[in-house]
Amino acid sequence: MWIDLVFWAGFAGLLWVNRSRPVFWPLLALGLLLLFNRFTTPGFFDLEIRDGRLYGSLVDVINQGSKVMLLALGMTLVIATGGVDLSVGAIMAIAGAVLAQVVGVAHLSVTVAIVAALAAGLLAGAWNGLLVAGLRIQPIVATLILMVAGRGIAQLITDGQIINFEQPALVFLGNGSLFGLPFTLTLVLAMFIFTALLVRGTALGLFIEAVGDNETASHFTGLSAQRVKFLVYVFAGFCAGLAGLVAASNIKSADANHAGLYLELDAILAVVVGGTALTGGRFQLAGSLVGALLIQTLSTTLYARNVSADIAPVPKAIVILAVCLLQSPVLRGKIARLGRFLPKTKGGAA
Amino acid sequence: MSEPILSCRGLTKRFPGVVALDGVDFFARPGEVHALMGENGAGKSTLIKALTGVHPRDAGEAVLAGKSIHPRSPREAEAAGISTVYQEVNLIPDLSVAENICLGRQETTLGFIRWGAIRERASAALARLGVAVDVDKTLSDCSIAIQQLVAIARATDISARVLILDEPTSSLDDSEVEELFTVVRRLRDEGWAIIFVSHFLDQVYALADRITVLRNGKLVGEFLAAELPRLQLVAHMMGRSINEVEALQHREPPARPAGEPLVSVRGFGRRASVRPLDLEVRRGEVLGLAGLLGSGRTEVARLLFGLDRADSGEMHVEGKPAAMRSPQASLRARFALTPEDRKSQAILPNLTVRENLIIALQARRGIWRKIPRQEQDRLVSQFTRALGIKTSSPEQLIRNLSGGNQQKVILARWLATEPRLLLLDEPTRGIDVGAQADIERLLAKLRDEGLAIIFICADTAELARNSQRIAVMRDRAKVAELTGADLNEQAIMRAIAHGDASHPSS
Ligand SMILES: Nc1ncnc2c1ncn2[C@@H]1O[C@H](COP(=O)(O)OP(=O)(O)OP(=O)(O)O)[C@@H](O)[C@H]1O
Ligand SMILES: [Mg+2]
Repeated sequence: MWIDLVFWAGFAGLLWVNRSRPVFWPLLALGLLLLFNRFTTPGFFDLEIRDGRLYGSLVDVINQGSKVMLLALGMTLVIATGGVDLSVGAIMAIAGAVLAQVVGVAHLSVTVAIVAALAAGLLAGAWNGLLVAGLRIQPIVATLILMVAGRGIAQLITDGQIINFEQPALVFLGNGSLFGLPFTLTLVLAMFIFTALLVRGTALGLFIEAVGDNETASHFTGLSAQRVKFLVYVFAGFCAGLAGLVAASNIKSADANHAGLYLELDAILAVVVGGTALTGGRFQLAGSLVGALLIQTLSTTLYARNVSADIAPVPKAIVILAVCLLQSPVLRGKIARLGRFLPKTKGGAA
Repeated sequence: MSEPILSCRGLTKRFPGVVALDGVDFFARPGEVHALMGENGAGKSTLIKALTGVHPRDAGEAVLAGKSIHPRSPREAEAAGISTVYQEVNLIPDLSVAENICLGRQETTLGFIRWGAIRERASAALARLGVAVDVDKTLSDCSIAIQQLVAIARATDISARVLILDEPTSSLDDSEVEELFTVVRRLRDEGWAIIFVSHFLDQVYALADRITVLRNGKLVGEFLAAELPRLQLVAHMMGRSINEVEALQHREPPARPAGEPLVSVRGFGRRASVRPLDLEVRRGEVLGLAGLLGSGRTEVARLLFGLDRADSGEMHVEGKPAAMRSPQASLRARFALTPEDRKSQAILPNLTVRENLIIALQARRGIWRKIPRQEQDRLVSQFTRALGIKTSSPEQLIRNLSGGNQQKVILARWLATEPRLLLLDEPTRGIDVGAQADIERLLAKLRDEGLAIIFICADTAELARNSQRIAVMRDRAKVAELTGADLNEQAIMRAIAHGDASHPSS
């Protein structure tokens, strides 16, 4: 079918354009996984138009993956400063709780609810930023606090109730479609462009990479490392708030116990698979999105092939390991010595 | 003359965009110190790294004691008999001195590390060098000089036959250098073949029996030190004629400018760091800071730049009271500091030359006012030309530059901010003689245009010929100030030793 042809040609073109960029490896892995599905998972590429919107596994990947993609954008910047944010899953729960409480119990307008939920995300991020940048607590420890306490806070906000809501605008957020595609895709792309402009249109990206690369030297050049760190945690909190909105909208209610559970781990994985090193420094924003898509495609694949949820993490881990190995300079050096066929990656992804 | 124990022929190493080593022959003989000389980026460190397995070599062979060797890592090179102290010392700051010396060679019983044996072995290794350090001390608490000696202790702790030292003396003061040389001579007399890289000509002539000169990755020649006049050596390194080199070395002594001080401090100090002192520097003036390592020179610079806060005294900038509470404040006041420890305090290793160069200027403009790319490129090309920075491209990662070229990028980083006061802590460390002359000339020009410079340097000759005034530090206090006729090496030495230039007996 010609759509098939266009898709694969497009993907090959994407790979070619990025052949010497760090994003090449996660992109290649994603392509291989899709190719595998193309031939072995019946119906994976089937698309169907009903009521003017698309349905199919590929659409599910985007819709389901949108939360991790949003989280990964914020997480990328945090990891680039040499930190990590374990609390984003819990912040999602807080944002969902605030949203449901404002529309479901306080009966205020949808706009107020969304603003309040995002503000909660920002506030939670500011708290993390204060601990890491202000009090110089190690990021893992500092964000662990909110990771542990966050779901309790969400429970307090909703008073332990599961609050449902039906407002069409809120339901649209996580379930609606725009131009036949899930609205979440628009949301992710808009957020990606905003983030890219934020870091590359200003000097913020350079400062983040400088702080992550050598904090002492950054201090000596008159950079305020603490201010940069504070900003990235606030931004990660905002992304988590947004992801929390989507998650709540998906199920039309706030579930303090399960919203965003373990998603912080998927977000960290997406960033690492995408080519940003946990040690900080250079970051790959697009790589993180591809990493998130890869992880979601894996989950959807396993689901579509009826692999039980209990053993699904094993094949997932294997694929992720493979991508990380492909990026390892040591291994690539060895392979290159054997073959000299692998493209050299610019900018040293590790 | 003995037969070479190590012979390299046709060593070649290419990096993307540069041929760092181009068919170089090199020989090391037992009982000899062989100096490897060349400008920044000539390929000295690359030769050493290609020889010891840090970089795979593209062509050429290395024969050690009759056997062809192909080490794939420094450890394999050590096992084969070549022990190395690299230019960028690679020790682990959070471990103790003893652990650093024995790391990877621990003595174990049934898998348990024998700490007693390790301590003894480390102490013995240090004692051989005549260095007294507590082996339980954490390495990061030791001065750079001690760290350097620890690295050498580690390198000589194994039974190798070839010892390579890549710029081992660049952070040592005179007496420490002498100490190190005693050790090196002893090792030489025990029959080690020693390869030595340094940009200090005095040291090379004091130590080396033989000199090999590289230029742009190519071998210029191998000479006996006794038969190679200094000027000829410099001419070989730079690829210029002797007359040109002589012209470079000529310089007239600058006179102190008139005018109000740009920066002055009174009773300025910090407990446990610098005793209260008075200093002032005018526009268009170079104030030298002399003193031994650890005498408080660096600490003065840190205080002036706001890295540490003064807890006594006051500071005036252009007659108005001022306080530098942080590097950010200094940046706004147009102060600049090139720090002493390039690797940990200055280099952003995985960022490009361009990014490293513009970062201070960008920090002053803040997050939101990004320097347009065109202006960045203009700055980079302006400074690579002005300072002769050798890089294959502005987008090269700075860690791939040679040590001296990294140093020039750091200097450019601060010059790009158009400072009023420039604090230079050992700015010419690791820079070759030609580039040093270039930089001195550039600084003289900036000084004449009204820049105030505070110049810290362990090399008294360099200090004397560049400063209009010299403050001498000892034991964290200012002990003398030299001007006019006292601006010479002897007077500086006397002041360092006795705290006073004019009365050598006191
Ligand atoms: N890993 C690398 N990747 C790319 N280029 C490199 C790399 N290492 C060194 N070079 C280049 O090779 C050349 C030789 O560098 P090398 O470090 O050997 O110089 P050097 O003689 O030791 O100089 P210095 O006196 O400044 O230490 C330089 O042009 C440098 O930029
Ligand atoms: Mg070198």
